[in-house]
Amino acid sequence: MAFLIPSVILLIIISAMKNKIPVYSTFCDGVQWGMKTVIGIFPVILAITTAVSMMRASGLMNIITEIISPITDFFHIPSEILPLALIRPISGGGALGILSDILEKYNPDSITGIIACIIMGSTETTFYTLMVYFKNTRVKYTGHIIPAAVFGDIVGIIAGVAASTIFF
Amino acid sequence: MNYIFAFMIILSLITSVFTGTMNETIQAGIEGAENSIKVVLSFAGIMCMWCGFLKLAEKGGAMYYLSRLISPITNLLFPRLKNNQKAKEYITANISANLLGVGNAATPAGIAAMNELDKINKNPDRASDEMSIFTVLNTSSIQLIPTTIIALRSAFGSSDPGCIIIPVWICSGLSLICALTMMKTILFFKEKRNSQNI
Repeated sequence: MAFLIPSVILLIIISAMKNKIPVYSTFCDGVQWGMKTVIGIFPVILAITTAVSMMRASGLMNIITEIISPITDFFHIPSEILPLALIRPISGGGALGILSDILEKYNPDSITGIIACIIMGSTETTFYTLMVYFKNTRVKYTGHIIPAAVFGDIVGIIAGVAASTIFF
Repeated sequence: MNYIFAFMIILSLITSVFTGTMNETIQAGIEGAENSIKVVLSFAGIMCMWCGFLKLAEKGGAMYYLSRLISPITNLLFPRLKNNQKAKEYITANISANLLGVGNAATPAGIAAMNELDKINKNPDRASDEMSIFTVLNTSSIQLIPTTIIALRSAFGSSDPGCIIIPVWICSGLSLICALTMMKTILFFKEKRNSQNI
């Protein structure tokens, strides 16, 4: 486990050197691209963190979690995770904002933090992807894809909760 | 997204009137905005470092090796594309970019693959089997190193930011298998129904 990240980095650098790629300047290019990505998602993160903080302070969050609690209790999903699961299929940046909110409130090593991270990692921005991918095609009906894609996300959420109790 | 954001704020404000927490709610919103910049700054460095390595993987050949490794899988998932080299190439590039988590390399390749698949779609109004499977592959893709999540975890002081990697592999693998099986089942029944109509 501890060797995973170092060996990936090593592999990347060695193969780049083998192909005579300017390692340093390419790395710096990547950093620049990373900074652009960070700046790009910042507005979404600010919007969602602000809105979620307001929802929490006003008591709206408690009302919503209370309403949905029968379902979440059944799958042993902590209610704190719920906003993440609801936003995730629509907005990746928004989900990131909620995840950072959860990690700030609860420790990243707590069970809630770990479940949130696993769910974030094993689900996707399903509806956004669908929209972007079919935008330039002639296809008008994509209806039959949604059940399969959403089913995958639900499995990801339930598996995330299960895995966190097995692994940690 | 527009409606969701608007409803989050409007409903919060309405609830705050009833619960008598109006000042606290506004204060929380301001604090949320203040915190968000701290959050972004705290994980920006680690995220940029990973983007540096990913760029190196993309340009330096590591991604090419990965795409060679996964080409048997694309052959298995898209048996009808055996002769369409171009579509297959885009699909492999898209999958390997997804595996590495290079989002903005994955999306252009994905769109290019979709356009190729669109050209050979015999029934252009409806998504073909290949398009459906390819989309599902993207809506529940697996990432080898979930860089953003690891960056966020270490930004908030986790003692072992990488400990979620293997559980994430297992969960996203399960999610992918289930989504693909569901897609295949739906397509199977559609085909059956179509052949009955004829």
